[in-house]
Amino acid sequence: MSLDRGYLEYPMRRHGMDHDRYAWSMLAERTPIHWPGGRPLAVWINVSVEHFPLDPAGEGLKAHGAMTMPYPDLRHYTLRDHGNRVGIFRVLKALVTHGVVASFAINGEVAVRYPALLRRLAATGGEFLAHGWNMDRVHSGAIDAAREAQWIDDTLAALAPFAPAPITGWLSPARSQSAVTPELLRERGITWCADWVNDELPYHFETRHGPLSMLPLSYELEDRFVIGENLHAESEWADQCCDAADFLLAEAERSGAGRLLSLSLHPWVIGQPHRIGHLERVLGHLATRGDRIWNAAPSAILAHAAPAPGA
Amino acid sequence: MRADPGLYRYLPWDERPRIVWPGGARVALWIAPNIEFYEYDPPPNPKRKPWPRPFPDVLGYSTRDYGNRVGHQRMMAVLDRYGLRGSVSLSTAMCVHHPEVIAMAAERGWEFFSHGIYNTRYVYGMDEAQEREMLSESMALIERHTGQHCDGYLAPALSHTERTIDLFAELGGRYTCDLFHDDQPTPVRTRSGHRFVSVPYSLELNDTIVYVVNRIEPRRYGRMICDAFDRLYAEGAESGTVMCIPLHAYQVSHPHRLDALDRALEYICRHDGVWKATGREIAGHFLDHHYDDFVAAEAHVEAGA
Repeated sequence: MSLDRGYLEYPMRRHGMDHDRYAWSMLAERTPIHWPGGRPLAVWINVSVEHFPLDPAGEGLKAHGAMTMPYPDLRHYTLRDHGNRVGIFRVLKALVTHGVVASFAINGEVAVRYPALLRRLAATGGEFLAHGWNMDRVHSGAIDAAREAQWIDDTLAALAPFAPAPITGWLSPARSQSAVTPELLRERGITWCADWVNDELPYHFETRHGPLSMLPLSYELEDRFVIGENLHAESEWADQCCDAADFLLAEAERSGAGRLLSLSLHPWVIGQPHRIGHLERVLGHLATRGDRIWNAAPSAILAHAAPAPGA
Repeated sequence: MRADPGLYRYLPWDERPRIVWPGGARVALWIAPNIEFYEYDPPPNPKRKPWPRPFPDVLGYSTRDYGNRVGHQRMMAVLDRYGLRGSVSLSTAMCVHHPEVIAMAAERGWEFFSHGIYNTRYVYGMDEAQEREMLSESMALIERHTGQHCDGYLAPALSHTERTIDLFAELGGRYTCDLFHDDQPTPVRTRSGHRFVSVPYSLELNDTIVYVVNRIEPRRYGRMICDAFDRLYAEGAESGTVMCIPLHAYQVSHPHRLDALDRALEYICRHDGVWKATGREIAGHFLDHHYDDFVAAEAHVEAGA
């Protein structure tokens, strides 16, 4: 037995990346960013507002949190819906209590199902990101581009009437993209995206229709990943968030270059009564360091740290 | 297929010749940062999918790329603080893609050993000539870009054939990191009869196994490292032991994780009797001073004496 010759050939072995989406760049080598007021750490908090259908098609890729039991999986459907009925309001209250600004990445179908929730989210003044149609419409290489384009159109159309400002940012369900998702987004006026998790600061990302800014939303620290996939205790998740904040603060102060902490929250995870207190502890931890933190909306962070080509 | 790899002989933990490390150290501590490149669109292999998601696996690819863009320098700063050198398990295509990272490791006097060309190219299905070509090209890349002879090997993504270790020994390698059967170096039997050893590379303390497979909390990882050290240090009073901490910048260098490693290294380096070594130095010391005694002891045990 042997392998095809091509398996020992490396046509993309060259300096830099093995694709043309972005340039090779090390965070520590870049021109330092200085946040407003000379604060060393920017904090972006994003809340994902999601709908998991009872009758998933599960095409291509299943999002974590999707139905797993024989139809009708009322168990998981209703646990996810708890996030939109109860959890989100606990999260909103915690944000207000600690004077924290957050953005909301929202599935388009939530706007159709729960306009009352959209009006409440809009009233916070928080920035809206488009987050796909629902958690069963996972953009991936298994999906035809025309259907994918329709999903994006539907999502943007459903969210637009409620958005406090025109939507410019995108977060894909399950952080999954097809090979043309960036093109489809850019064609539709999206200018930044949070899916790729290879950095902690915004960077310049190429599409055939013009550039996007990539503003990575942390994944390994998100409540759903740490609590839902790693099965760590909620107190451990809170410790990890506090440790991350202190680590980045120290690095920013030592290096003189601004750093960014992004926190990704899911009301269907963190809004449970036994968990919400741990989010409040994290927000309290940030508040005690408030004079060194610039808490801002993602578009404000991008406006301040606009990535240039090659960065 | 074989029921036993046939690479090493049995030798009870408490019936061995005494290992004496340089300076009488109890523990040979080595840190093995994996500096890896995972391809965006690798060719398919008949036995193993490179990515779990349909192309493009944005999450998988960007998770690994984080190590190269953000992680290495953070990890290097921690190792510098404790005077620890890395022994780099290198996806050797990194020499071409990101020579800047290689230069930073080289200027610290770190060792480089082969971890294949890419961590998305597996040896499953290769014939002997193909595997030899891949191994030899990876060793040549290290030599050309760092001036170092490649002494060690850790198979890319831990993908092996029955011949892997034989081939590496024949190409001039001196040690393997692919065997997890012991906490001391072990003579390895290869078909050419070269003097060749296994240097312990702990999978249990490997950050990727810890964080991705076993899903362990960062602070607990720090305690595991300290606990492992305490035991190997205590036992090292009788005969030298090896402690390896394999790392991946895309896992350990996250802001919510790196301090746990930092504190564990601080704890270890507070002790006397720790030899801060590299894989090459451990292999060399064992080959020069203990290999023959171990081979004799193995024969003795096998003879039932």
